[in-house]
Formats: sequence, structure tokens, C-alpha cells
Amino acid sequence: MITLLESRTVNKRFGGLQALTDVSLKIHRGEVYGLIGPNGAGKTTFFNVLTGAYPIDGGEFVMNGAELPAGKPHRIVAHGIARTFQNIRLFRDLTALENVMAGHHIRTSAGVWGILAQSRAAREEERLVTERALEILDYVGIGRHADTVARNLSYGDQRRLEIARALATEPQLLALDEPAAGMNATETAGLRALIETIRADGVTVLLIEHDVKLIMGLCDRVAVLDFGKKIAEGTPAEVQRDPGVIRAYLGDHRAH
Amino acid sequence: MTSTSTTLPRPAGFSLDLRLQQPLLIVLAAAAPLVALAFGASWVRVLDFALLYVLLAIGLNLVVGFAGLLDLGYIAFYAVGAYTWAFLASPHFGIHLPFWIVLPLGAAFAALAGIMLGFPTLRLRGDYLAIVTLGFGEIIRIFMNNLNQPINITNGPQGIDMIDPLTIAGIDLSRNLDLFGMQVPSLVLYYYAFLGAVVLALVLVRRLQISRIGRAWAAIREDELAAKAIGIDTRMMKLLAFALGATFGGVSGGLFAAFQGFVSPESFSLMESIVVLTMIVLGGMGNLAGVVFGAIVLTALPELLRHFAVPLQVALFGKTLLDPEVLRMLLLSLAMILMMLWRPAGLLPARTRYAHREGRKA
Amino acid sequence: METLLQQTLNGLVAGSIYALVALGYTMVYGILGLINFAHGEIVMVGALVALQTILFLSSAVPGLPPLVLLLAGVVVAVPACMALGYLIERIGYRRLRNAPRLAPLITAIGVSFLLQTLAMIIWGREFHVFPQLIDTAPMQPVAGVVVSPMQIFTIVVAFTLMGGLMLLVNKSRLGRAMRATAENHRVAGLMGINANGVIAATFIIGSGLAALAGVLFASNYAIAHYSMGFTPGLKAFTAAVLGGIGNLPGAMVGGLVLGLVESFGAGYIEHLSFGFLNSSYQDIFAFMILGAVLIFRPSGLLGERVADRA
Ligand SMILES: Nc1ncnc2c1ncn2[C@@H]1O[C@H](COP(=O)(O)OP(=O)(O)OP(=O)(O)O)[C@@H](O)[C@H]1O
Ligand SMILES: [Mg+2]
Repeated sequence: MITLLESRTVNKRFGGLQALTDVSLKIHRGEVYGLIGPNGAGKTTFFNVLTGAYPIDGGEFVMNGAELPAGKPHRIVAHGIARTFQNIRLFRDLTALENVMAGHHIRTSAGVWGILAQSRAAREEERLVTERALEILDYVGIGRHADTVARNLSYGDQRRLEIARALATEPQLLALDEPAAGMNATETAGLRALIETIRADGVTVLLIEHDVKLIMGLCDRVAVLDFGKKIAEGTPAEVQRDPGVIRAYLGDHRAH
Repeated sequence: MTSTSTTLPRPAGFSLDLRLQQPLLIVLAAAAPLVALAFGASWVRVLDFALLYVLLAIGLNLVVGFAGLLDLGYIAFYAVGAYTWAFLASPHFGIHLPFWIVLPLGAAFAALAGIMLGFPTLRLRGDYLAIVTLGFGEIIRIFMNNLNQPINITNGPQGIDMIDPLTIAGIDLSRNLDLFGMQVPSLVLYYYAFLGAVVLALVLVRRLQISRIGRAWAAIREDELAAKAIGIDTRMMKLLAFALGATFGGVSGGLFAAFQGFVSPESFSLMESIVVLTMIVLGGMGNLAGVVFGAIVLTALPELLRHFAVPLQVALFGKTLLDPEVLRMLLLSLAMILMMLWRPAGLLPARTRYAHREGRKA
Repeated sequence: METLLQQTLNGLVAGSIYALVALGYTMVYGILGLINFAHGEIVMVGALVALQTILFLSSAVPGLPPLVLLLAGVVVAVPACMALGYLIERIGYRRLRNAPRLAPLITAIGVSFLLQTLAMIIWGREFHVFPQLIDTAPMQPVAGVVVSPMQIFTIVVAFTLMGGLMLLVNKSRLGRAMRATAENHRVAGLMGINANGVIAATFIIGSGLAALAGVLFASNYAIAHYSMGFTPGLKAFTAAVLGGIGNLPGAMVGGLVLGLVESFGAGYIEHLSFGFLNSSYQDIFAFMILGAVLIFRPSGLLGERVADRA
């Protein structure tokens, strides 16, 4: 098995709060890796330091054997990591198509002069990007909404659009922060199918989720965070039996 | 209604056929100075200034409307362009370079100023940027006012005059042109030169708007964190917006100096920055048609006030209660507040933003 | 040595006025995250309303003692400005709390220019002499430093007000509510705090302080004018950033430091620039400080780093 992403003793503090403590884990190429834990465990924080949204306070991330540039979000995307946000962050006044086309930014290269002069290369690139963006919209199942302004999409479609935008950056690792939150059963089933397709197409998925059924059904392996520490790792079934995990979720150590 | 039953009904009012709209605008723009001439040369001058303001507004819109960066010192770039022209094409230093050197130089200096200002500040929160740019505008003005000693560089508050006019292909635009026995006034010549600049600017800015760069700006404006998360180098892109916006300011400044033949610090006050900002707020931020509209309306406003508001006040109250200048400030500030409260998208909000998908069926 | 002391004193006087104004900026920013551009104009309105009151009283009731006149000016100007600050928040900013971030900022600029224009209409374009109700003539020099009663008065009043504000914020119920609202509007709401009320109170208190600053400013420099609030407003904002925006002690420290830097800078700029620049460049210090702080320590002297939440 090839390791795609490794985190080595990653630490993050917010003032006095230790949000992540020595979190180390390895994600294999091609798997769906779940990251679960009670509210406030540090899952989203892990995404934020991974993608460079927050500076890291200790440790490092290694992708394909190379250390990721800490705190440089755009360069981390270039290394092949894309994410979605727990509380959807689309470009709300742009159309779905424009959202995805913006996602292509890093994989395109037209410069100011080429654009001002409408050079052949620039026009060709623009045509390709449009085409490709429409394909991705179809891929996630919202092709018919290409011209809809993002804010007017239904909640489920907004989640799909966010995934489409992330896919446009051509990631090797797609990090999804609670993609099923707020979805009804049908929408969740559709989402599950989409994630399976994405995996089948060779993209590794890192998934934060509270929906136990989704985690059990999708993930190859799962890590559990509690109070910023990794307390268990293994197949979903193993983790579900782990006494430490059960205690964390029941929260009996919080009473003391 | 015509055959296309699937399309949504258009809002009533401005439902002019798109194919007719463009030629109509061209004819209108071409004929405007001739019509204005019939009312007096001063109205042509107003049109000339309107075009300069349009150019400025297009540049500021690139920064504020496209990239969402509030620049309150934009007029400083205009000043850089104007003073570049004044230094390099006037008896002040005895240098008289042609426009095709001075204008690009002014633009380049303005862009450089934009980069120097933007580099340290653009990673800050947006509202700090507003204050820093405002301060920058004031600093430039203080320097223009005081750099007449110990060495006389700017000639201080008196400014620099006898600036060379714009001369294109041997035609001196400050003189009336004898065209096959017909006298074309200088003001009209300038009008067409400025119109050319505006059209070129519109084409270029439109190209940027619907490119990967324009989308990156839009992304930053909408949600900077999400823009970073999809790999946009937000700092570089903001710097680019700043530099390009400044370039437009520099070019309009140069043209202004040549047209007016005189520059002084007074022309570059904070009030001017605010006026240009109000133009784009009024028309609709980010929307080119709206920006042009806003610039024209607000340039014409003081003239209209002079011609109509004053006689009206005299007729009503027997004297002028509010002089046109005060009235203008009053209307500008009210426009800014009321637009933000009730029509934040401007009077001409963008109806169809980008036409990426010509002809694709749903 | 004497000039050093003298410049320190001059700097403290200007600085304590900046500090009073900076408090208003910093309180509003702390709670709303908004740069209230119109705050400087409140200073101007305070000065002009006080002037109007004083002129009216001294002609209506000749022979009133100067201190009574000054007090009357304050008693009218402070509530007037408080009402104005409240109205600006209520009519302007409140509707824009969830608007895209440029909207409240542009509105604030509009309000600032509207107030200037209205003041121009009411009081004209001319500079008004503000009566010297407390002596601004220097007293007998002490250790070579000349100081006027007005300067002492300014420093005493400003420090008293700052102390009072600190007490209010740290000890009173309103103060606790303000701090909670600054942390988080929604959570404060859940705790039973009326966030709208707290925000209104913040504007009212800030405007009151600005009005007093306006009276002190006009008294010290003997002048009042429709555009007099703009530059001190900008400088006070700089002071707030310098101290760490959102931080009350920071605003006070920032104001004093800025006053001192300006005072020393104006004295030494010629030497520093080898005669190239002179004291007409005094106003650029504030902007240079602002730029430097934002580049090297955006959190300010006393502020702590806060990241945008992802
Ligand atoms: N920007 C921030 N500043 C201060 N504290 C933060 C910040 N972001 C997160 N925290 C704190 O860090 C801890 C971990 O938060 P995080 O959002 O990572 O949890 P989570 O596991 O994603 O929870 P949830 O399941 O509720 O989304 C929490 O106590 C949270 O309050
Ligand atoms: Mg989370």
C-alpha cells in the first residue's frame, strides 16, 4: 500500500486551548479514510492546518514523500489537496459554472498579456476550461444548474457544487468536511454514490462525518479524535468496538 | 413576446433588443459632442471630462468592483500620471517628450506606486486597506504641496502650467483642426481621442473580467478563504488588480494633464477619490455598463446643478440657498448612503454577468 | 533637555485628545468589526455645537463666568452628539450588519461626508474662533517648560474620562454585556443580552467621548471648522490600530504614543531628513506609523493575534 498523505505529530493551539495534540496518521492512496469524533474534537481544525488555512504549531504533513509548505494554502492545493467546508463556502453570487471554472485556476496558466491580447492559447484554454467545468458539473449531477447562481441552489446541490469546485483543482486527496450534514436520506444516499464514484476514479478521500451509517458503509479505515488526540484507528468495525471510543462518545469522562 | 416560450419574461423597461443596443450606443457616443456643441462649447468640455472620469471609474471598478478591495486613495495614481506628464512634457524642467513615451511612463509609475502600496498592505483585512490607501492619497498630496523646496520639484501649491498638449500623428489636439475646410474644435478632437481610450479600456477590462484572472478576483471578492482553498494565490491576484487599476489611473492622469495644460495638488483631493467611488457605487459595482453610466451622470451633475438648481432656488426663494458645490456634496454623500441601504447592486445591476455558455441547451 | 520636556508635554496634550477619539473607534470596531469613518465628524459636531451654545449664552446672558460657559457648551454638545451617534447606528449601520463587508464601510464614508456637508451648510466654510474660556497663555515656566492652564485641564479631563470608561467597562453590568457582545453577538443573545441595545450604547458612549474631545481640541487650538474632524479622526483611528484595535487600554496608549511621536517628529524632522523635509510634513507621521504597524505588527502594541475562522 502506498502512503499518499502522512501527518506527523501535528499540533495546534488556540490561545490556551490545545486543539490538536501530536496527531499522526497515514492515508493510503485510493482509500476512503474517515475522521470522526465528538463535537469540538478537532476534526475541522485538522483540515484547517492541513490545507494551510491556519498556521501549524508543530509537526508536519508529508504528501507523496514531500513536506507540504505550511501556511501556504494555494501551494498546498498545487500539491493535490482540495477541501470542502463544514459550513458551505461557495462564491455565492457566481453561477455554478463559474464556481467550478474558478476551481480550475491553479491548473491553467493564461497570463495578463495573453488575456488582454486574446491570444490563441488563452482562448483555447478558456474553451477547454468551460468544457471541462461543464463535465464536472454533470459528473456530480448538477449539470442542468450550470447557469444558476450558487446562492439559489438547493442545499444538497450546494454541497455537490462545492465538491465539483474542489474536483476542478484536480486533487489526489479530496477532503470533505461533513458533506452529509443537513441532508435528508435520499440526498445522503446520492452523496454516498458520488463519493464511491470519486474513489473509483482514483481520488483518495478524507472524510469527516457524524453520520455513522455513511462512515461504516464508505470508509476503509477510520481514525477517532477526542479532545485533539487520536484515540483509535482501524476499520470501522474495529473502531466501533473500541472501549475508548465508546467512552468518548458517551462522554462519561467529561463528567469528572 | 416572440417564439422563445421557455425563457423567463424579461423585466419590463429596458428590454431593448441586444443586437440593436450596440450600434445605437456607438452612434450616440459619436454624435454626442456635435449635439453638445449646439448648446455651447462648455458642454463639450463637460463631455471630455466625463470620459476622463469614465476611464478613472473603469480602473477603480477593477479594484473595488471586481476584486472587492476598497481603495480610497485612488486619485493618487491619477496624480502620479498627471505629474509624470507635467514633469516630462512642459517647460517646468524643459523636457518635452512625445505622448507615446510619457503616457506609458505615467502608467508604469502609477502601477509601480500601486505595487509598492499594495505589497505590504494587501494581506491585511479589507477595511484596513481602505484606511491605508486613504492615508497614501493624503501623503502624495502633502508631497505635491511641499516638494517645492529645498529643491523645486513639484512647484508646490501653484502647480505646473503650460503643459504640452496631446499631439497624435502630428495633430495638436489643443488647436482647432481644419478638416477639408471644416473647423473641428479642439474640444471635439479631445473628445474622440478620449473616447478611443475609453473604448479600448472597456474592451481590455471586459476581457479580463471573463478570464481566469477575472474569476479569481470574483472568487476573492466573494470569499477570500474559499478562494485560497481552491489554490488562488490571493495576494498576487490582489496585487495584480491593484497594479492594473493604478495603470488606468495613471493613463487618465496623463490625459488630464495634457487636456487641462495645468496641474496642481488641488485636483487630487480626497474628495475626488470619493467622487469616483460614488460613480461606481451609483452605477453598480463590478458592472461595466453601470460604471460608465455612473461616471457620466456624476460628471454632468455639477453642471446640471449650476444650470438648473440655482435658477430654481432663485425662483423659489429669491436667492441661492445652497450653492452648486454644496449641493453636489450633499447629493454625492446621500447617494452613497442610500444606494448602500436600498440598492447595493447599483442603478444598473448586472443582469447577465458572463456569457460563457453561448448556445448550450439545458 | 528643556525642549524635550516641552515636546513631551505638547505631545501628551494632543495624544490625550487622540486617545479619547480612538476609544470610540476601537469600541465600535471591537463589537461590530466596522471602521466608523463618521466618528471623526462627531468630534467636529461636538466642537461646533459647543461653540454655538457658548456664543448664544454669552450674548443672551452677558457676564457669565467662562467656566460656566464652557460647561454649558459641554452639557449641550455631549447629548447632541450622543443622539447623533445613536441615529447613525440606528438608521445607517444596523440594517447592514449582515451585508457584504464593503457596504457598511461605504455607508460610513457617505455619512462622514454628509455630516461635513451639513456642517458646511449650517456653519459655513469659514474658520470660527473658539473662545478661550480657560487660559491658553503659558503660565510661569517651571523648569524651563511652559504650560498653560488649558493644557493641564485637557490632560486631567481626558485621563479622568478614560479612567471612568475603564471602570464602566470592567465593573458595570453594561460593561460585561459589551464585552460579551464583542466576543459573539449570537451567544450574547442566548445569554439574555440585548445585543442591539449594547451596540447602541457603544455608539452613544463613543460619541459622547468624541464630543468632549471636540471641545477640548477646539479650546486648545482656538479654532472650529466644518472639516476639523477629519484629520484628527484619521489619526485617532491610527492610534486605535497602533494600540491594537478592539482593545481599550490599547487605544489610550496608542493615542498618547501617537501624540508624542508627532510632537517629537515635528521637532526633529528637519534634522532627520537633512533639511529636506520640514514641519509641514507633520501629518505624514500618523500615516507612516499606521503603515509600519500594519506591516510589522498588525495586532498592534497591546492586541492579540486573532485568525479568521475557517
Ligand atoms: N479559530 C478558532 N479560534 C479559537 N478556537 C477554535 C478555532 N477553531 C476551532 N476552535 C476550537 O478548537 C476546538 C476544535 O474545534 P473543531 O472545529 O476542530 O471541532 P470539530 O471536531 O470539527 O467539531 P464539530 O464536529 O462540531 O465540527 C473547539 O474547542 C473549537 O472551539
Ligand atoms: Mg467541524
